[in-house]
This record gives sequence, C-alpha cells and structure tokens, in this order.
Amino acid sequence: MTALLDVSGVTLRYKTPSVLVTATERVSFGVDRSDRFVLLGPSGCGKSTLLKAVGGYLHPSEGKIRIKGREVTEPGADRMMVFQEFDQLLPWKTVLENVMFPLLVARRLPRKEAEDRAKAYIEKVNLTRAINSYPHTLSGGMKQRVAIARGMAMEPDILLMDEPFAALDALTRRTCQDELLQLWEDTKFTVLFVTHSIAEAIKIGNRILLLSPHPGRVKAEVSDVDRVSPTDGSAGQLEKHIHDLLFAEEETAH
Amino acid sequence: MSNAQIVMRADTGPTQAHTGEVERKLSTLELAWGNGFVRKTAIIILLGLIWEAYGRYLDNPLLFPTLLDTLSTMRDRIADGTIPLRAWASIKVLLMGYASGVTIASVLTVLAINTRIGTDFLETMTAMFNPLPAIALLPLALIWFGLGNGSLVFVLIHSVLWAVALNTHSGFLGVSQTLRMVGRNYGLKGLSYVFRILVPAAFPSILTGLKIGWAFAWRTLIAAELVFGVSSGQGGLGWFIFENRNLLDIPAVFAGLLTVITIGLVVENLIFRTIERKTIRKWGLQS
Repeated sequence: MTALLDVSGVTLRYKTPSVLVTATERVSFGVDRSDRFVLLGPSGCGKSTLLKAVGGYLHPSEGKIRIKGREVTEPGADRMMVFQEFDQLLPWKTVLENVMFPLLVARRLPRKEAEDRAKAYIEKVNLTRAINSYPHTLSGGMKQRVAIARGMAMEPDILLMDEPFAALDALTRRTCQDELLQLWEDTKFTVLFVTHSIAEAIKIGNRILLLSPHPGRVKAEVSDVDRVSPTDGSAGQLEKHIHDLLFAEEETAH
Repeated sequence: MSNAQIVMRADTGPTQAHTGEVERKLSTLELAWGNGFVRKTAIIILLGLIWEAYGRYLDNPLLFPTLLDTLSTMRDRIADGTIPLRAWASIKVLLMGYASGVTIASVLTVLAINTRIGTDFLETMTAMFNPLPAIALLPLALIWFGLGNGSLVFVLIHSVLWAVALNTHSGFLGVSQTLRMVGRNYGLKGLSYVFRILVPAAFPSILTGLKIGWAFAWRTLIAAELVFGVSSGQGGLGWFIFENRNLLDIPAVFAGLLTVITIGLVVENLIFRTIERKTIRKWGLQS
C-alpha cells in the first residue's frame, strides 16, 4: 500500500539576501490515511519549511512530494493549512462566512450546501454561539478553532497544521488539543502536525518524526505513540526518551 | 500522601449584597459631551458667533459680510436654483474625473502587484508626478483639450490617480504573509486573488487613498474653475465665486465658499464615515 502523502528525499533550500540556507536535507517519510503524523524538532530543524513545501508554497531542490500519487507543485485546497498566527481568518468575514468561503471558491459548492456543511463543522468545534461574529471579537483559542473548522469542512486529503496551538495560553492549549483528538475520533481525518513541544507531539500524534537541526535531517521515527498513556507514566518516559534523543548531541558537544 | 487543600469562600456568592458601586448612569450633559458630533457642532456655533460679531463690528459688507447676510444670500441663491445648479455642474465633472482616476489607479496597482516591472513603473511615476500640483498642468491641459470639461477631467485624474495608487499599493504590500498564504491555499490566483483577498485586506489603506484623492480632486476642481471659469455655458461653484466677485456681490462669494465647505464636510462625514463604519470598523481593522 502506498502512503497517502509520500515525501521522498526532500531537500529544501531558501535564499536570504546574503546566503542560501539549507532547511532540510534528504528527508523522507510517508503519511497513511487517518494518521496523526507529527513533525517534531527544535527550532531550525526545518519542520515548518517542510510543512510549507507539502502545502506547495516551496519547491524542493531535490526529491519529490506526492499526495495520492500526484506531485505537489502549487498550493491547493486538497491540503488545507492551519497556521499558528491568529490573523489567518479573513477579518472582513464572519465565522460562518470564513468557513464557507473556501467551500464556495475552491470546492464550488452551491451556497446552501456550503452553509449547511460550514454550520455542521462550526458545531463540531463548539462555536455555534459565535457563528455571526467577526474574527476580531474572538479570543485566540476561538480563532484557532474556526481555522480548524474551516480546514476540516473542506474535507481535504490531509490537514496541515503549523504549530496551531503554540500562541495560546496553557489552559486553552490543552482544551484545544483535547478537542482536536475528539474531532479525530469522529471523522478520522489525516493530519500532519508541526510542533516543537515533545508533550504536545505525544498527546496529538500516533506517529512522530524526530528531526535534528542545521540542516534538518530525520533522526528517528516513533510509531504507535497512542499506546502510551499519561496515567501510568509511560508517556512521561517516552517524553524523556525523545528529549534525550533530540538533545543528546547538543549536550555532549558542550 | 498529603493533598493540597481547597477552601471555598462563601462571600463571593450572589446572596452577598453589593457594597461598592459597579455601574453608574452618566448624566445627560456628560453623555452629550462624550459625543464628538455635539462637541464639533458647539465649535461651529462658536465660530459662527465670532463671525457674526466681527461682521457687525466691521460693518463693511463689501469686505466682510455678516454670517446672517451670507446665510440669507445663500438661501435666496439656493431657492432660485443657482447654487444647486452650479454645485451639480461641479460634482458632475468631479465624479467623471474621480471615477476615471480611480479606475486608472486600480489598473496600475494590479499591474504593479503582479509584475516587478509594473512595480517599478508605478513607483517611478508616483515619485515624479505626486509632488506636481494638478493645477500646474491646467495651462497645458487647456492647449490639449480646449476650454471645457475635458481639461478639467484631465487635471482631476492627475490629482486623484497618484494618491489612490500610492495608498492602494502600500496597502497591498502590507497584507500579512499569512493571509496571502491562506488565499493561495484556496487556489485563488490572478484577479480573483487580488479582489477576494488583497483588496479587502488592504481596504483601510485603499479607503485612506480614496479620501485623500477626493480632497485633492475637490480642491483642484474649484481652483481650476476659478482659473478658466465657464465652459459650455454652465460653470461650476468656482465660477460662481469668481463671477460674484466681479459683480462685487461679496455675500454671494461667501455663500459660494460656504457651499464648497459644506459639500466637503458632507462627503467626508456622511459618505466616507458611513463606508468606514460598515467596513473597516465592523471588521476591527480600525478602532
């Protein structure tokens, strides 16, 4: 069985005004249907750059990214992005209109159908009471939930999440993580999730790809993450293990 | 194993009577003073009183008519249809020039946002022509287009175009990277990307450009009419002012000036303010 998302030997480079930076080097992995696949690594490991390449915003200078066998060449609504920034909602549209907008312009659904579907997904993220609000009246957590509803309503092949909860306060972050897992239980969507928090990776993911920095390379892949449990201490052990793996070199180098 | 203790405090319950004052209604006077419209009206009334007092003290209607004289002349001229007709003549030309200027500005900025050479073109042209007062082009326009609305529209386009283009372009450049990525994520490209993402996101700057463009255009138009006056038998407000000065009907000159100011205020406070309230304020892009 071929993977839903197949990233093979991808090297990503980008130019700053003075230097050519290699963000990732020959990174390969595959994401299967209904995976909660987490890219985890310290800053500078190119995980966000990698996610943007899957989103089609960057072209690999080496290697291929394929989704359902098609090569990724440009951004498209089959890979919906959820960003970290709170300004990702269109400020001139209400919550409902924000969720409906991609359904209308990218999916070309009839208005009635788009509205029904948008309402159903807004219900799923418990924001029905804010459905006619403008984004500037929402809290950070609510904005991120709208962005998630917007991504999921499109029922994309894969949902790409770039540290969506990183800018939230700790309590809201936990609520949002729980909600995301609950949503996954309902619809079993496929998600590629970027984070630099080991705890978040363990909580969200069923598979984790560990990346090392400068340039980003695959260090290890952790699978069956959902077998560990936070109550018997196995999650804590895994967290420590991953921490040691990621930071071992750094400490010996000092 | 020892546990942390939680002690519930009863005094936060609803049964507790409020001792401190939480809300107090403001008095009518405080409410009125909190309203910007009321404050500004008070200023205008005060200025009107000073005008009237000085006019009476000077007692020289040829130099400085009183406010009441001006207002009564204005009423007569409005009643006999002169001022409305002249104002309409000005506004008609203004709308032609404004619409053409805004259209050309949007074509230029769309080109500028999509191609690098377009950006260079827009930046060079704005740098060259923005500092050039539109009225300075009038002598040339008169040679090219003759005495008529063509010349007026030409200078109006010049006065509107650069202000609108400059503001729109800088608004487009200021649209956040995240919103751009969101737009491309939806597969929007070309014009639909510009009109569905960039224009609404840059709307605060665009509106500023439209307001500045409007103010420039209105001033330029009145000045241009003063310089070459009547065309095709029907002049505008500028010509009305010039004509009445020649007839030494100074209250009518003041009435003309007052009309120019009033139209300016109405457009700024009714039209643009309403657009602002219905768009960028509602969207939280301006407080």
